[in-house]
Amino acid sequence: MKRIVVLGALSEIAEATCRLFAAEGARMVLVGRDATRLEDVAADLRVRGATQVVTEAMDLVSADPEPLLERWKGLLGGVDLILLAYGVLGDQRKLEADLREAAKLIDTNFRSAALWSVATANMLEAQRAGTLIVIGSVAGDRGRQSNYLYGATKGGLGILVQGLAHRLAPSGAHALLIKPGFVDTAMTAHIPNKGALWSSPEKIAKHIRKAAEKRSPIVYAPAYWRVIMTIIQAVPTPIFHRTRL
Amino acid sequence: MTLGFFPTDRIASWSRLGIRHQSIGRPRFVSDLSAWSGGQAGPRLAIGSRRSYSDVGLADGGRLVDMTGLQRFRSFDADTGVLVAEAGVTLDSILTTFVPRGFFVPVTPGTRFVTLGGAVANDVHGKNHGCAGTFGCHVRSLVLERSDEGRIRVSPDEHGDLFAATIGGLGLTGVILEVELQLQRIPSAFLDTETIACRNLDQLCDLLEASEADYEHSVAWIDCTATGAALGRGILSRANWSNQGDFRVHRTPRKSVPSDRMDGLLNPVTLKIFNTVYYGLGRMTAGRAIRHYEPLFYPLDAILNWNRLYGRAGLYQYQCVIPRDAGRRPVARLLERIAASGEGSFLAVLKSFGNVASPGMLSFPRQGLTLALDFRNRGNRTLDLLRDLDAFVEEAAGRLYPAKDIRIPRKMFESGYPALGRFATHVDPNCCSDFWKRMSQ
Repeated sequence: MKRIVVLGALSEIAEATCRLFAAEGARMVLVGRDATRLEDVAADLRVRGATQVVTEAMDLVSADPEPLLERWKGLLGGVDLILLAYGVLGDQRKLEADLREAAKLIDTNFRSAALWSVATANMLEAQRAGTLIVIGSVAGDRGRQSNYLYGATKGGLGILVQGLAHRLAPSGAHALLIKPGFVDTAMTAHIPNKGALWSSPEKIAKHIRKAAEKRSPIVYAPAYWRVIMTIIQAVPTPIFHRTRL
Repeated sequence: MTLGFFPTDRIASWSRLGIRHQSIGRPRFVSDLSAWSGGQAGPRLAIGSRRSYSDVGLADGGRLVDMTGLQRFRSFDADTGVLVAEAGVTLDSILTTFVPRGFFVPVTPGTRFVTLGGAVANDVHGKNHGCAGTFGCHVRSLVLERSDEGRIRVSPDEHGDLFAATIGGLGLTGVILEVELQLQRIPSAFLDTETIACRNLDQLCDLLEASEADYEHSVAWIDCTATGAALGRGILSRANWSNQGDFRVHRTPRKSVPSDRMDGLLNPVTLKIFNTVYYGLGRMTAGRAIRHYEPLFYPLDAILNWNRLYGRAGLYQYQCVIPRDAGRRPVARLLERIAASGEGSFLAVLKSFGNVASPGMLSFPRQGLTLALDFRNRGNRTLDLLRDLDAFVEEAAGRLYPAKDIRIPRKMFESGYPALGRFATHVDPNCCSDFWKRMSQ
């Protein structure tokens, strides 16, 4: 029975993942911004079999990680898994035109996520056990004109998690980054005519559940995105610059 | 978060007929929907898994509220089996969670991929109509989001008229947010089944009627290509929940029809071959067996997108009920006409509806025989055939199923559903579907 802290529990991928753990009888702390929505999610997870679900409504971007992690650890009687699933996609054109908006995106997706990750790693290293799972994105693999700000935050977070995985390796704790490809969520609802490369949050959740038991620090979800991104990274710059990707 | 709507021309009914220009929004939380609903005028229609064959789930030029994002359980009482859940929860996910705990949905249609809201709005029925009635018989209460009255709880005791309008109300009485459902306790995930080959319609109907007393579930597959003395021959299967076996859940389907460019696959020749072989196999394998609920209740769910088999032109589904007073003769006439056309489907189904009263004003089931089958879309030829079938149904004072029939004539809808006038007074002023437009304007 796992004890899990979910940062950004209202994300669709996080919720789908929580359902898998709930069915196993997990104990969970769900953290997100909206108390009413968190209660909706918590009630569902309880029916699905979660042994304990605690909700914590707060803005993770401005919260202080260390005391909170201690508190949640106390509530659950220990922590086996921390899932960091929050982030915003943003509209690249608007972000370029309004730097304050760009700063907010960087603050959310990178600064705060990085600090939560480091604080978590400190805790896991001290207990010499447990796993940190961070949701990244394939957008972090190569900068593209259409979403390089979002991509940069996720790419940066990826480097950070890679480093944490390296640091934690001798301790028995783990850190890993999930890189989902295209996922059909509210974040991408505006994109019409989704094709074969799109996955459901439930499918990504299954990959996360599986990855939680493995040691690999970087996991593409689904796995074929590793191939796609290898090809995209290999495209020579002169050709890449002629695309509208 | 505000609810965003995005234009799409890709949403069709399960019969894949016609293209509509609609916009779609998918709330993830009930609070998103409520915040949007109050301040928003204009036509709207809540939709679920889009498994309906007809235009009850379409709104050309309007807004579709995709309810599949509201898929949370709210509470479950293991002592009473009462489940409260958001309307976008599918029967599939209910079974996945509750079969291992020894519970099943009280009534299930032939696919488990429908949402609770859809099951209520079409007041679906199953193979156990004789003892369980329709889905709506097991709904204890509903929460509606009305554009005029806001959020409102309805049950047989609370706003009973609006409750009766909403059961089978085709999503027109407001957006169904939440359903309180009585689940059924089961002794295992398996059923004691018996299949019997019947040489003709009389034998089949006799057996369907005889099965009502001792069998919870009964259904007949019918060879819609047989004629003459063999008219209406088929395979009856009847079943009761078994005391033997574990509580294993159905599997996730992996097969899918990859393309809709295989139009030629279904034609009178393949139809005749399939039906003859299927009947022959049924005769050979007839007998008793213990079977899991999955192949028994959900044979078509094993193949995702099976509707693509009908090609780009799509299909028409036809389901009628012939009242018991009218006897079997109208069913025989329907089958004669279908067999003469050479059209029809691999899976034509005959069931008997029992005398449990349907709770909804527009509920389809009434005591009698119900025949359901698909036809490939061959334009006017198919429509002519269906009009002929309509005439037999009308003569027998029967009715058609709005959830299935995308071309149900207004006159037949009006004559088949005498409570229609009363129903119309409960329609939410901002709810509309293409079906309702056809029937009310």
